Amino acid sequence: MEYIPIIGLEVHVELSTKSKMFCGCPADPFGKQPNTQTCPVCLGLPGALPIANGKAVKDTIKFGLAVNCKISHFAKFDRKHYTYPDLPKGYQTSQYDMPLCLSGVTTLSDGKPIRIRRIHLEEDAGKMVHEKLDGKRVSLIDFNRSSVPLMEMVTEPDFHDTESISAFLKEIQLIVRYLGISSADMEKGSMRLEANVSLFQSQDTSYMIQDIDLPDYKVELKNINSFKFLEKAIKAELKRQEALLESGEKVKQETRGYDEDHDETFSQRSKEEAHDYRYFPEADLPPMRFSDEEIASIKDSLPELPQSKREKYSQWQLSTQYIETLLSDKTRGEYFEQAVTVGQKHNVSAKMIADLMVNKSLDKEFEEPEGLVRKIVELTKRSYAEPEAVKLAVEQVVQEQTKPVNDYKNGNANVIGFLIGQVQKILQGQGEPKLIQELLLRELQK
Amino acid sequence: MDIPLTITETQKGLLEKKFTAVDLVDAYLARIKAFDKDINAFITVSDELAYAQAKEADQKIAELGKKAFEQFPLLGVVTAYKDIFLTKGLRTTAASKVLESYVPPYSATSVERLTDAGAICIGKTNLDAWAHGSSGENSDFGPTKNPWNKEYVPGGSSSGAGASPAANFSLIATGTDTCGSIRLPANYCGLVGLKPTYGAVSRYGIIAMASSLDTVGHLTRSVDDARTVFNITKGEDGKDGVVKNMPMTSTDKKLKIGIPKEFFVEGLDSEVRKSIDEVIEFYKRHDVEFVEVSLPHMKYGISVYYIIQPAEVSSNLARYDGIRYGNARSTFSDEAKRRIMLGSYVLSSGYYDAYYLKAMKVRTIIRTEVNEIFEKVDAMIAPVAPTPPFKLGAKVDDPLQMYLTDVYAATANLTGIPSLAIPSGFTKNGLPLGFQLMGPRFAEETLFTLGEMYQKETTFHLKAAKL
Repeated sequence: MEYIPIIGLEVHVELSTKSKMFCGCPADPFGKQPNTQTCPVCLGLPGALPIANGKAVKDTIKFGLAVNCKISHFAKFDRKHYTYPDLPKGYQTSQYDMPLCLSGVTTLSDGKPIRIRRIHLEEDAGKMVHEKLDGKRVSLIDFNRSSVPLMEMVTEPDFHDTESISAFLKEIQLIVRYLGISSADMEKGSMRLEANVSLFQSQDTSYMIQDIDLPDYKVELKNINSFKFLEKAIKAELKRQEALLESGEKVKQETRGYDEDHDETFSQRSKEEAHDYRYFPEADLPPMRFSDEEIASIKDSLPELPQSKREKYSQWQLSTQYIETLLSDKTRGEYFEQAVTVGQKHNVSAKMIADLMVNKSLDKEFEEPEGLVRKIVELTKRSYAEPEAVKLAVEQVVQEQTKPVNDYKNGNANVIGFLIGQVQKILQGQGEPKLIQELLLRELQK
Repeated sequence: MDIPLTITETQKGLLEKKFTAVDLVDAYLARIKAFDKDINAFITVSDELAYAQAKEADQKIAELGKKAFEQFPLLGVVTAYKDIFLTKGLRTTAASKVLESYVPPYSATSVERLTDAGAICIGKTNLDAWAHGSSGENSDFGPTKNPWNKEYVPGGSSSGAGASPAANFSLIATGTDTCGSIRLPANYCGLVGLKPTYGAVSRYGIIAMASSLDTVGHLTRSVDDARTVFNITKGEDGKDGVVKNMPMTSTDKKLKIGIPKEFFVEGLDSEVRKSIDEVIEFYKRHDVEFVEVSLPHMKYGISVYYIIQPAEVSSNLARYDGIRYGNARSTFSDEAKRRIMLGSYVLSSGYYDAYYLKAMKVRTIIRTEVNEIFEKVDAMIAPVAPTPPFKLGAKVDDPLQMYLTDVYAATANLTGIPSLAIPSGFTKNGLPLGFQLMGPRFAEETLFTLGEMYQKETTFHLKAAKL
C-alpha cells in the first residue's frame, strides 16, 4: 500500500496598515500596554458600527494580484458567529461566499504549481492572557489586537510533501514583504499557519497525482507558530494517519494541535463539536465594487516581485544561492540593485557586488551603495609604479634592446609588445600598460 | 405656564421672554413628577443635565438674541431620547435588565447633533426591551401607558417616545423604527412620526436591533418640527458606512398619491378606514391626484420581516455574552430569547437557503415593486396599523397577533423608503387615529410638503392628552 499526503494550507497574515480594519485605532498592538488601543468599535460596544479600511482592502487585492488571483468585481463582508471572550461582538466580520480574490496560482522554484482557492479579508480577535493576580488565577482580555486587519489565503490541497510547503510559505512571506503589506513575522504572530492533512491510499503506484480523488476526511492542524514546527507537525500527523490506515482504522475528521515536546499531534475539537458559524451578509458595511480600471491601476502600482527579480539576477550571472540570499531581505536586495546601477559606471559587475555582499557582508560597512562600489573599485585597482620609474625603465630598455628597437624603426610594429614586456619586467609588473606604451612610443620617436 | 406644543412656539416664547429654558425644564419635570408614575414613559430622568443645558440655552439667548436660534436651531427644545440612544455618562438600558447598569462612554451621532443644535435632554424613554415589540409591554421596566387613555398601549417599540410628547413630558422625542417602532407610537399617541430613508440618518451609537432595517427618527407634534429635526440629524458622520449625503428631492408639480389596494382590505378597522378616506378626500380637494397601485408580494412582507429581523437580532445580541455588562444571557426576557432562537435557526447551515436567503429574495422583489410604483406616483398612503390603540394585555400572550400589528409598517423598512405618520382624528372613544405617507428613498421633503398641506388646515396634532 502506498500513501500519498494530500495537504492544503490556510495562511493568515496581519496587515500592517496604520489603523485597524473597522475603526481608527492603531493597528500595531505588539508590545503595547493592554487595552490602550481601543474604541467603541473594536470593543464591540453597543451601538458601535464598522467602517471598512480601504487600505487593507487594497493591500489584499495587491496580494491577490501578486499570486495571480482573479479579483472580484463585487465582494462583501459577512458575519461569522462564534462565542469566545476575546471576540467582543460575538461574531467576526469576515468574508464568506464573495471574497476579494479567487483562484490564483503560485509556481514553486521546481516548477510545481500551487493553486490558491481564495483570499479574503477579516478582522483579528483580541488576546486572552491567563495569569495569577493577587494570588488568584485569572483570565484577562487585551483588545488591542481586536479588529487588526487579517488577510486569509486558502490553497487547494496541492501539497504532497513538506519541503514544498516550506518553499511555498517562504515565497508567500517574501511576496508579502515585497508588497510591504505586512512584516509576516511568525514570532510576532503577524503570520499564522494552518494545514489540512489527509492521506490518499493507493494499491498500485502507477497513479497520476492529478487523477487521485481527495480522501473523505481531513485533519486540521492549528496554532502552529513556525515553518519548522509546521513541517514537524505535518510529518508527525502523516505518521499517525498512516499507522491508523495501516491497521484498517478510519481517520476521524477533527482539529488537532501539535505538542512540540513529544513531537506528536493531539485532538482539539472533533467534527461533531465543529461550529455552525451562521454566516450572513454584514448589513453595516456596503458591498464593495471594483471596476476593471481600478483593478488595473492597483496592478500597475505593484512593485517588482521576487520572481521577476530572480529572473533578472539570473541574467546577471548570479548563482541561485546568491540570488536567494539577496532576495530574502527586501532592503538588502534594493541596496544590491542600487549598487549594480552605480557599479555599471565603474566597470564593477553585478556578480562581483553580489559576491562581496553575500560572502564578505561588505554592504554592512557602507550605508550607501555608492560607498560599497567605491570600496570595490579601490580594492580592485592595482597600485602602479610611479611615472618617473616608468620613464627610467623605458629609457633603459630602449638603450639595451638595440635589435628590437632597430626592427621597430625599420617598420616592424610587432616588437612593441616585447618591449613593453621588458619594461614591465624591470618594473616587476607594476607599470600601467597605457603609460608604458605612451612613453615607449615617445622614446622610440626620438 | 402653558406648555408650548411646537418648536416655533417654544422659541417664540423664549425670545419674547414669556418663559426661560429653565422655566420650561421646570414645567416638564413637574409634569413628569406628577404623572409619570402612572404613564411610565421614562426609564431615567436627567434633571441635572436638563437644567445645565437649559441654563446654557438661556445664556445663549441672552448673549445672541434672535441670532441664537439661527445658530442653534433646536435651542430650548426639550427632548426625550429613546433609551436605545447612547448618551455619554447617562445610563442607557435598551429597557433590558441585561444593560440595567450600563453607562455608555460615548454618545450616538444623533444625540450629539441634537445637543449641538441646542436641544435639552430631559431623560431616557421606555421601550419594548431591545425595541422588540409593538405595544411597549415587552419592557423590563414595566409597560408604558397611553396618555390618551391609560388602559391602552401607547404603541411600540418607542412607547415612551410616543407617550412623552403626548403627555407634555417633553416637546419632542427620538425613536428608532425597524418595523413601525416610531410610526406606531406616533399613530397611537396623536403625534407626527418620521421614519427616514434607510441611510439618511446615522445609526452610530444606537443599540442595534436589525441592522438592515433600523432607522433613526423622531416624534413631534407638527410636520414642520419633524423637518427641522431631520435637517439636523440627517447626513454622513463618517461612522455609519450606509449613510449617504443625498440631495433631497421635492417637486412643485401636481402631486400624485398611490393607494395600495392590498392595504385596504378586510381586517382594517372601520374607524381607521373612515379616517383615511377623509384624508384622501382632503387631499383631493387640494388638487392631489389619487391612483390605485398594487404591491402583490407585500402579503409576504411580515413573513419576510420575521425571518430577516430575528436573524439580525440574534447576531446583534451576541455581544451581550455575559462576560461584560454584568448580566448573564439568561437575563434576556422571553421576547429577546424567542428572537435569538428564531434567528439562530434561520441562519443555521441547512436552513439558511430555505429561510434567510429566500426571504432576502422576496425582499428584493418587494423593493422592485415599490420602485416601480414610485415611477408613477410621488407617494403612497396607508394605514399605520390595522386598528386604533388596543388595551394593555390584549395581545401580550399571543406573539403572532402582536407581530401582525406591524403589517403596514414593514413595507417602508424592507424597502428602505421614508414614511411619515400623521394624526388624522380620534375614535369615538377619544383615541388617536392617523395615516402614513411613504415616498421614494430620500424624498422626505415630498412627505413634509404633503404633511404640512394637511396640518395647515387641521388641528388634530395640536390637541394635548388630559392627564
